[in-house]
Amino acid sequence: MKKYSWKMAIIEVFGLALFIIYMIPFYLMFINSFKSRREIIQDTTSLPDTWNSSNYTAAIEKMDFWSAFANSMIITFFSLIIIVFCSAMAAWVLVRSKTRVSKILFFIFIAAMIIPFQAVMLPLVKLMGMIDFTIFEFNFHMLRSHYGLIFMYLGFGCSMSIFLYHGFIKGIPIELEEAAIIDGCSKWKVFWKVVFPMLKPITVTVMVLNGIWIWNDFLLPSLTLGGSIPTIPLAMQMFFGQFTKQWELALAALTLAIIPVIIFYLIAQRHIIKGIIAGAIK
Amino acid sequence: MSKKRRNQLLFWGFLSPVLIAFTITVIIPFFMGIFYTFTDWNGVSKNIQFVGIENYISMFKDKEFGHSFVITVIYTIINVVLMNGIGFLLAFLVTRQLKTRNLLRTGFFLPNLIGGLILGFIWQFIFNSAVTSVGKMAGVDFLSTSLLGETKTAIIAMTLVANWQYAGYLMVIYVAALQNIPEELIEAAKIDGANGWQRLKHIMIPMVMPAVTINLFLALSNSFKVYDLNLSLTNGGPGNSTEMLSMHIYKEAFILNNMGIGQAKAVFFFIIVAIIAIVQVYFSKKREVEL
Repeated sequence: MKKYSWKMAIIEVFGLALFIIYMIPFYLMFINSFKSRREIIQDTTSLPDTWNSSNYTAAIEKMDFWSAFANSMIITFFSLIIIVFCSAMAAWVLVRSKTRVSKILFFIFIAAMIIPFQAVMLPLVKLMGMIDFTIFEFNFHMLRSHYGLIFMYLGFGCSMSIFLYHGFIKGIPIELEEAAIIDGCSKWKVFWKVVFPMLKPITVTVMVLNGIWIWNDFLLPSLTLGGSIPTIPLAMQMFFGQFTKQWELALAALTLAIIPVIIFYLIAQRHIIKGIIAGAIK
Repeated sequence: MSKKRRNQLLFWGFLSPVLIAFTITVIIPFFMGIFYTFTDWNGVSKNIQFVGIENYISMFKDKEFGHSFVITVIYTIINVVLMNGIGFLLAFLVTRQLKTRNLLRTGFFLPNLIGGLILGFIWQFIFNSAVTSVGKMAGVDFLSTSLLGETKTAIIAMTLVANWQYAGYLMVIYVAALQNIPEELIEAAKIDGANGWQRLKHIMIPMVMPAVTINLFLALSNSFKVYDLNLSLTNGGPGNSTEMLSMHIYKEAFILNNMGIGQAKAVFFFIIVAIIAIVQVYFSKKREVEL
């Protein structure tokens, strides 16, 4: 529509310069992760003499990277599945039931969104520590367990997710559901066969917003998992405690930690951006 | 079973998973927390004494808490202004007809997806090793010592990283707002002879005001609650001069084991966050009415 003027070219150059500045930390982290400690100290900005991957092998072993990666994957994956199913179900009955109880419950879920994690973290740890019992030789404990943390992510994540689903479901005409009921569908089936498939766009938003939060979360897992089940952020923190000044290993570990995020971002970029916008403008 | 009974069963059945998880992780701890602020609870002892409002009194007398509060507020104010300025600038850039606009958008947003903890560690390396080594080579004195070594520069360093991380997020929201401006509006202004600056001032900025409200509060509450970045970049140091409120509460409770006082500070923290949120709702509602 417009021609590419010299003015545009200046803006373009300025934009690219800004882009390079933005990327410098990643670039420095990456090139230095292949250097020896002496090389890093001597010259931080030049490329490594040889692209030696020994830092990576050492970091993977010392940080126990693969088990941290697996823990992060398990916790994020199952938390997202449970948050999506449970919040969608809850939001649907909250929209379709016009009783006062339903309105009050919805209001409580929304109001609780303003409670910052810091305000509940101390009693939460205390309470979770108390939930620890054995049935049929199975020791059930909320602290230091995957399922305990996943349960808490459902508790903390459901408010916003219900809110997003609630807004979306309000826009779905109830006639569709009524037609399915006339055709002999039970309500349970109506939800899973008719309503839930229509929620796909908002489900993507819910997964993006909760996924970024859970994958990167540090404080909650550090309080509830302790050292027993390290996720990537926890393993990173422990690693830095032990190898404070071994930057060559630390940089390799950091590079490893962000590679999955970058791959995910490049694959799902459009969905992520859409999710962020939908989540913010709600 | 009657139809009414069945509907009720479905209602509570569908709600029960979130209701149980939400009650146990949010509601009960929230009220437990308020209860503990009136006790001398230390997290371990079974013998809990009521102490009235003593915890709140000692909180207000605590100089370190006051210091934390002040630097958190300073940090928040700087961030709110800078992040929105930078976020808008980035959004303006990537909505021009640039050949590289998709690349730029991708790059500016990227830091946001990586957690504050990991970004803080990367920047610790940049500040402690890269910047100092460049500073020494170029013979620039103030760069040759680490920014993280002194209180004032350490706060500047934190602000820098926070902006680098979060401006791209605000950019995405500003981009959505800028793209919602009807093309005809800008074309019409052009035909009427408005120059670039006038178009920006009289059309673009007023049209993105709803996004400004959202972004101001996003930056506000995110900066105020900062923890991860604080931990990994400065760990509160040097001394405890850059210890923001979240970290202060954490240390009071889990390191000094003063659960009662720590929780009183957490409740204070909650009240401020709640006030911010209520003001936000008030402003967004007011805008809706105006529109």
